Amino acid sequence: MLFRYRGREGMLAWAFHRVSGVAIWAFVIVHVVDIYLVGGNPKAYDEILKIYASPVGRVAETLLGAALLYHALNGLRIIVMDFWPVFTRYQRQLWYLNWAVFTLVGVPVAIVILKPIFGL
Amino acid sequence: MTTPRYSTSGRVRPSGGGAETFIWYLMRLTGLALFVLALTHFLILHVLYDPSRQNAEWITTMRWNSLFWRAFDWSLLMMVLIHAFLGVRTVVTDYLHGGVRTATLMGLYLLAIGLFAIGTLVVMTLPTVVPKG
Repeated sequence: MLFRYRGREGMLAWAFHRVSGVAIWAFVIVHVVDIYLVGGNPKAYDEILKIYASPVGRVAETLLGAALLYHALNGLRIIVMDFWPVFTRYQRQLWYLNWAVFTLVGVPVAIVILKPIFGL
Repeated sequence: MTTPRYSTSGRVRPSGGGAETFIWYLMRLTGLALFVLALTHFLILHVLYDPSRQNAEWITTMRWNSLFWRAFDWSLLMMVLIHAFLGVRTVVTDYLHGGVRTATLMGLYLLAIGLFAIGTLVVMTLPTVVPKG
Protein backbone atom coordinates (compact mmCIF):
# COMPACT_ATOMS: atom_id res chain seq x y z
CA MET A 1 0.00 0.00 0.00
CA LEU A 2 2.76 2.37 1.04
CA PHE A 3 4.59 1.86 -2.25
CA ARG A 4 1.50 2.27 -4.45
CA TYR A 5 0.33 5.50 -2.84
CA ARG A 6 0.55 8.49 -5.17
CA GLY A 7 3.21 10.24 -3.11
CA ARG A 8 5.90 8.03 -4.65
CA GLU A 9 9.59 8.76 -3.95
CA GLY A 10 9.09 12.14 -2.29
CA MET A 11 6.60 10.71 0.18
CA LEU A 12 8.76 7.67 0.91
CA ALA A 13 11.78 9.92 1.46
CA TRP A 14 9.71 11.89 4.00
CA ALA A 15 8.30 8.77 5.72
CA PHE A 16 11.74 7.13 6.03
CA HIS A 17 13.17 10.41 7.34
CA ARG A 18 10.51 10.61 10.04
CA VAL A 19 10.74 6.94 11.09
CA SER A 20 14.56 6.96 11.15
CA GLY A 21 14.55 10.24 13.08
CA VAL A 22 12.24 8.97 15.81
CA ALA A 23 14.27 5.73 16.03
CA ILE A 24 17.52 7.67 16.49
CA TRP A 25 15.83 9.90 19.09
CA ALA A 26 14.80 6.79 21.07
CA PHE A 27 18.33 5.41 20.89
CA VAL A 28 19.83 8.72 22.04
CA ILE A 29 17.74 8.54 25.23
CA VAL A 30 19.02 5.03 25.99
CA HIS A 31 22.58 5.96 25.03
CA VAL A 32 22.85 9.08 27.22
CA VAL A 33 21.58 7.04 30.18
CA ASP A 34 24.03 4.18 29.54
CA ILE A 35 26.97 6.60 29.14
CA TYR A 36 25.97 8.21 32.43
CA LEU A 37 26.60 4.80 34.04
CA VAL A 38 30.32 4.97 33.11
CA GLY A 39 30.61 7.42 36.00
CA GLY A 40 27.58 6.35 38.04
CA ASN A 41 27.87 2.57 37.90
CA PRO A 42 30.79 1.23 35.77
CA LYS A 43 29.92 -2.44 36.40
CA ALA A 44 26.40 -1.95 35.06
CA TYR A 45 27.86 -0.16 32.04
CA ASP A 46 30.15 -3.09 31.28
CA GLU A 47 27.14 -5.42 31.36
CA ILE A 48 25.27 -3.17 28.94
CA LEU A 49 28.25 -3.05 26.58
CA LYS A 50 28.13 -6.85 26.37
CA ILE A 51 24.69 -6.43 24.79
CA TYR A 52 26.20 -4.12 22.16
CA ALA A 53 28.79 -6.80 21.33
CA SER A 54 26.24 -9.66 21.21
CA PRO A 55 24.72 -10.90 17.90
CA VAL A 56 21.36 -9.22 18.64
CA GLY A 57 23.19 -6.02 19.63
CA ARG A 58 25.17 -6.07 16.38
CA VAL A 59 22.06 -6.41 14.25
CA ALA A 60 20.49 -3.52 16.20
CA GLU A 61 23.66 -1.43 15.76
CA THR A 62 23.58 -2.09 12.02
CA LEU A 63 19.97 -0.91 11.88
CA LEU A 64 20.93 2.15 13.94
CA GLY A 65 23.79 2.91 11.55
CA ALA A 66 21.42 2.51 8.58
CA ALA A 67 18.89 4.90 10.16
CA LEU A 68 21.67 7.38 10.92
CA LEU A 69 23.16 7.23 7.43
CA TYR A 70 19.80 7.52 5.68
CA HIS A 71 18.72 10.43 7.91
CA ALA A 72 22.07 12.21 7.39
CA LEU A 73 22.01 11.84 3.59
CA ASN A 74 18.34 12.72 3.20
CA GLY A 75 18.86 15.64 5.57
CA LEU A 76 21.51 17.00 3.20
CA ARG A 77 19.06 16.50 0.33
CA ILE A 78 16.46 18.56 2.21
CA ILE A 79 18.96 21.35 2.97
CA VAL A 80 20.12 21.46 -0.66
CA MET A 81 16.53 21.80 -1.87
CA ASP A 82 15.63 24.34 0.83
CA PHE A 83 18.46 26.71 -0.02
CA TRP A 84 18.71 26.05 -3.80
CA PRO A 85 15.06 25.52 -4.79
CA VAL A 86 16.04 24.61 -8.37
CA PHE A 87 17.05 21.20 -7.00
CA THR A 88 13.44 20.41 -6.03
CA ARG A 89 13.04 19.52 -9.73
CA TYR A 90 15.56 16.74 -9.21
CA GLN A 91 14.32 15.58 -5.80
CA ARG A 92 13.79 12.04 -7.15
CA GLN A 93 17.26 11.85 -8.68
CA LEU A 94 18.77 13.21 -5.45
CA TRP A 95 16.92 10.50 -3.52
CA TYR A 96 18.38 7.78 -5.76
CA LEU A 97 21.80 9.39 -5.35
CA ASN A 98 21.26 9.07 -1.58
CA TRP A 99 20.62 5.35 -1.97
CA ALA A 100 23.74 4.95 -4.10
CA VAL A 101 25.90 6.58 -1.41
CA PHE A 102 23.97 4.70 1.30
CA THR A 103 24.80 1.37 -0.34
CA LEU A 104 28.40 2.26 -1.12
CA VAL A 105 29.14 3.36 2.46
CA GLY A 106 26.63 1.23 4.36
CA VAL A 107 27.45 -2.24 3.05
CA PRO A 108 31.15 -2.22 4.09
CA VAL A 109 30.19 -0.77 7.50
CA ALA A 110 27.51 -3.44 7.98
CA ILE A 111 30.05 -6.15 7.12
CA VAL A 112 32.52 -4.82 9.72
CA ILE A 113 29.86 -4.68 12.44
CA LEU A 114 28.24 -8.04 11.65
CA LYS A 115 31.24 -10.26 10.85
CA PRO A 116 32.11 -11.15 14.51
CA ILE A 117 28.71 -12.92 14.69
CA PHE A 118 30.11 -15.43 12.19
CA GLY A 119 33.43 -15.66 14.01
CA LEU A 120 35.30 -13.66 11.35
CA MET B 1 10.75 35.87 -3.99
CA THR B 2 7.37 34.31 -3.51
CA THR B 3 6.81 31.82 -0.74
CA PRO B 4 5.99 28.38 -2.16
CA ARG B 5 2.66 26.98 -1.03
CA TYR B 6 3.99 23.49 -0.74
CA SER B 7 7.40 21.90 -0.61
CA THR B 8 8.78 18.71 -2.07
CA SER B 9 11.72 18.94 0.31
CA GLY B 10 11.42 19.67 4.01
CA ARG B 11 9.02 21.96 5.75
CA VAL B 12 8.36 25.30 4.16
CA ARG B 13 10.32 27.88 6.09
CA PRO B 14 7.86 29.61 8.47
CA SER B 15 7.70 33.30 7.67
CA GLY B 16 7.57 36.11 10.21
CA GLY B 17 11.05 35.87 11.67
CA GLY B 18 9.79 34.62 15.03
CA ALA B 19 10.58 31.51 17.06
CA GLU B 20 9.33 29.11 14.36
CA THR B 21 11.60 30.65 11.73
CA PHE B 22 14.51 30.43 14.17
CA ILE B 23 13.75 26.75 14.87
CA TRP B 24 13.59 26.04 11.12
CA TYR B 25 17.13 27.40 10.68
CA LEU B 26 18.29 25.73 13.90
CA MET B 27 17.20 22.29 12.62
CA ARG B 28 19.27 22.76 9.48
CA LEU B 29 22.33 24.13 11.31
CA THR B 30 22.35 21.38 13.95
CA GLY B 31 21.65 18.86 11.17
CA LEU B 32 24.80 19.93 9.33
CA ALA B 33 26.82 19.78 12.56
CA LEU B 34 25.46 16.30 13.26
CA PHE B 35 26.36 15.12 9.75
CA VAL B 36 29.98 15.48 10.86
CA LEU B 37 29.70 14.83 14.63
CA ALA B 38 27.27 11.90 14.68
CA LEU B 39 28.72 10.06 11.68
CA THR B 40 32.30 10.47 13.02
CA HIS B 41 31.17 9.27 16.45
CA PHE B 42 29.48 6.20 14.94
CA LEU B 43 32.46 5.44 12.71
CA ILE B 44 34.92 5.54 15.63
CA LEU B 45 32.85 3.71 18.26
CA HIS B 46 31.07 1.12 16.17
CA VAL B 47 33.42 0.48 13.26
CA LEU B 48 37.05 1.38 14.06
CA TYR B 49 36.78 0.18 17.69
CA ASP B 50 34.64 -2.90 18.07
CA PRO B 51 32.28 -2.75 21.10
CA SER B 52 33.83 -6.02 22.36
CA ARG B 53 37.04 -4.01 22.99
CA GLN B 54 35.22 -1.34 25.01
CA ASN B 55 34.24 -1.08 28.67
CA ALA B 56 33.97 1.61 31.35
CA GLU B 57 37.73 1.45 31.92
CA TRP B 58 38.44 1.91 28.20
CA ILE B 59 36.30 5.03 28.15
CA THR B 60 37.96 6.43 31.27
CA THR B 61 41.54 5.70 30.27
CA MET B 62 41.41 5.99 26.47
CA ARG B 63 38.36 7.52 24.90
CA TRP B 64 37.84 10.39 27.33
CA ASN B 65 41.48 10.85 28.19
CA SER B 66 41.68 14.01 26.10
CA LEU B 67 39.89 17.31 26.33
CA PHE B 68 39.32 17.21 22.57
CA TRP B 69 37.18 14.05 22.60
CA ARG B 70 35.27 15.19 25.69
CA ALA B 71 34.51 18.50 23.96
CA PHE B 72 33.64 16.59 20.78
CA ASP B 73 31.19 14.30 22.57
CA TRP B 74 29.70 17.18 24.56
CA SER B 75 29.11 19.13 21.32
CA LEU B 76 27.49 16.01 19.90
CA LEU B 77 25.29 15.75 23.01
CA MET B 78 24.11 19.36 22.68
CA MET B 79 23.51 19.18 18.94
CA VAL B 80 21.70 15.85 19.08
CA LEU B 81 19.46 16.91 21.98
CA ILE B 82 18.46 20.13 20.20
CA HIS B 83 17.94 18.41 16.84
CA ALA B 84 16.24 15.24 18.10
CA PHE B 85 13.89 16.91 20.54
CA LEU B 86 12.90 19.71 18.16
CA GLY B 87 12.36 17.03 15.51
CA VAL B 88 10.10 15.00 17.79
CA ARG B 89 8.36 18.27 18.70
CA THR B 90 7.44 18.62 15.00
CA VAL B 91 6.12 15.05 14.96
CA VAL B 92 4.10 15.65 18.16
CA THR B 93 2.54 18.87 16.85
CA ASP B 94 1.63 17.04 13.62
CA TYR B 95 -0.39 14.35 15.38
CA LEU B 96 -1.43 15.66 18.81
CA HIS B 97 -3.64 18.60 19.72
CA GLY B 98 -4.95 20.51 22.71
CA GLY B 99 -4.05 19.50 26.25
CA VAL B 100 -2.49 16.19 25.21
CA ARG B 101 -0.07 18.07 22.97
CA THR B 102 0.86 20.55 25.72
CA ALA B 103 1.41 17.78 28.28
CA THR B 104 3.47 15.68 25.82
CA LEU B 105 5.64 18.66 24.89
CA MET B 106 6.22 19.50 28.56
CA GLY B 107 7.30 15.92 29.23
CA LEU B 108 9.54 16.05 26.16
CA TYR B 109 11.30 19.25 27.25
CA LEU B 110 11.79 17.93 30.80
CA LEU B 111 13.33 14.74 29.38
CA ALA B 112 15.68 16.80 27.19
CA ILE B 113 16.80 18.90 30.16
CA GLY B 114 17.33 15.77 32.28
CA LEU B 115 19.43 14.08 29.57
CA PHE B 116 21.45 17.26 29.08
CA ALA B 117 22.14 17.36 32.83
CA ILE B 118 23.28 13.74 33.25
CA GLY B 119 25.22 13.73 29.95
CA THR B 120 27.03 16.94 30.84
CA LEU B 121 27.71 15.67 34.34
CA VAL B 122 29.39 12.47 33.19
CA VAL B 123 31.43 13.98 30.35
CA MET B 124 32.69 16.82 32.54
CA THR B 125 33.28 15.10 35.86
CA LEU B 126 34.50 11.60 35.00
CA PRO B 127 38.05 11.57 36.42
CA THR B 128 40.84 11.39 33.88
CA VAL B 129 42.99 8.34 34.41
CA VAL B 130 46.36 8.15 32.72
CA PRO B 131 46.87 4.67 31.24
CA LYS B 132 49.64 2.58 32.77
CA GLY B 133 52.88 2.05 30.90
